[in-house]
Amino acid sequence: MIEVEHLRKWYRVHRRPPGLRAALRSLFHRPYETVKAVDDISFTIAAGERVGFLGPNGAGKTTTLKVLSGLLHPTEGRVEVAKSRPQDRERGFLQQITLVMGQKQQLLWDLPPSETFLLNRAIYDIPWPLYEETVAELTRLLDLAPLLGKPTRQLSLGERMKCELAVALLHRPKVLFLDEPTIGLDVSMQATVRGFVREYNERFGATVLLTSHYMEDVAALCPRVMVIDKGKLIYDGSLHELVRRVRPDKRMNLRLTKPVERRDLEALGTVIEHRDVEAIVQVTQDQLQGAVARALSTLPLHDLTVEDPPLEEVMRDLFAQGRAA
Amino acid sequence: MKYALKAYPQLLRTGFAEAVAYRAEFLIWMFSTNMPLVMLALWAAVARSGPVGAYTQKGFAAYYLATLLVRLLTGSWVVWEMTMEIRSGTLALRLLRPIHPLLAYSAENLAAVPMRSIVAIPLIVIFLWNVRDQLAGDPLIWVLLAPALLGAWLLTFLVMAIIGTLGLWLESATSLFEAWLGISSILSGYLIPLDLFPGSVRAVALVLPFRFLLSFPVELALGRVDRAQALLLLAAQWGYVAVALLATRTLWRAGLRRYAAYGG
Repeated sequence: MIEVEHLRKWYRVHRRPPGLRAALRSLFHRPYETVKAVDDISFTIAAGERVGFLGPNGAGKTTTLKVLSGLLHPTEGRVEVAKSRPQDRERGFLQQITLVMGQKQQLLWDLPPSETFLLNRAIYDIPWPLYEETVAELTRLLDLAPLLGKPTRQLSLGERMKCELAVALLHRPKVLFLDEPTIGLDVSMQATVRGFVREYNERFGATVLLTSHYMEDVAALCPRVMVIDKGKLIYDGSLHELVRRVRPDKRMNLRLTKPVERRDLEALGTVIEHRDVEAIVQVTQDQLQGAVARALSTLPLHDLTVEDPPLEEVMRDLFAQGRAA
Repeated sequence: MKYALKAYPQLLRTGFAEAVAYRAEFLIWMFSTNMPLVMLALWAAVARSGPVGAYTQKGFAAYYLATLLVRLLTGSWVVWEMTMEIRSGTLALRLLRPIHPLLAYSAENLAAVPMRSIVAIPLIVIFLWNVRDQLAGDPLIWVLLAPALLGAWLLTFLVMAIIGTLGLWLESATSLFEAWLGISSILSGYLIPLDLFPGSVRAVALVLPFRFLLSFPVELALGRVDRAQALLLLAAQWGYVAVALLATRTLWRAGLRRYAAYGG
């Protein structure tokens, strides 16, 4: 569904130090600098896949999404999405994709979302029966009924995002590019959006490429992740494998029936947290079995669970490694 | 294009709904388009002691009321919207839709005309009725007024679209637009009737495109041109429209390539 070969996207940006003198000088002479936003990346995404696109700010995630959705021309390389060259922005291509940007909206600000629905119905030339069916379905999945008649400006951020998603999916696109779709939303709304994206993907076999700063989004939605840093693809594979590779350690979460000495915990591994009857101990993969056995036999345990380190930490370490290398 | 034409009625309906939603702004906008009334007061005072050129007091009244009416019907403000959307990057969302952004803009602008008309036309018609002896008597001229108004609207819209498109290169196209507005309010007859200009300036003003934005439909309504002249001028106006359309298309394509290369 998506094929990218040796994609490069370079920008020429105008550099200017702050201050009046620099401002005046820039009237006559403008030094430019080339920024390699995306620097030789290749990947393929099959129809129906859900892929998470991870990377720090400025890594090139949004640039890649914009190239894939036809907003930007690649500087070099070949890109094919839904059998089209995105930059040609042919009708057939635009009908099959959607790009949702958490920071920008297409809903008409002073009119109810239902008006934008009607507008998009006409623009995408959606037959009425299909339109009505889709609206009914989206309304049910996202619980939109109470929102559709209110002016957009009176909706809360979360309500607006639900309507944004609905209006972006009205034409039943086969490829979804989601750029930070949950930004600024509260935890329960994030979960709603995630659940919805997954359901849409499963029902229509749509391909999803998602960027998010919330690792929860990626963990919940994307069996496959791609990590981009400074314009280069530094990892492409399963999330599980990524975690194992970057942080092979595990965390034992212990709940005890009574408080214990810190040194009893230190015998198991590195103590991350120790509070009253709760503790988190970090151990390597190899030590895990021994540590669990030891904990069971030496500690007054109420409960013991084993987890991967939090994704935020995994990513932080991953990018720190990248910087050090 | 086929799809665009199919979608256009809905674009107009939505545009109308937006215009209605902005009704307060509209009222303010309409009352701020009062320059012709100010000019009318001025010239009427001057003409009290005798006609100025071909204009009596009543003649000035008819001229500026017709000017106000044409201005209200053919006004366009797409340059503000384009500049804002280019700067904020929301243009991207328009580009994702399978319809040409300029067509979408045109519908939004055109759809606002009925809303303005509802408020403006009855008032102005009453005024014009009082100066009806100053208006064109030939029914054919009144028929030609319709394509002349459409041409004026199109030309206004396209010039705005061209300046807006330049926003893809310039940091802000609005200062360029203000310069245009300054020149155009003089050379389009918005402030002073073109036939009151001194000879050589008048000769130039009569052939420049500015005249066809405003003065030409006003001249028709006031019966200042005969049938043959009217047809010739209409052809000239639509010639300018064609040139503007071509320029808009060319610039838009080049601008978009640049936008696509640099991002937004």
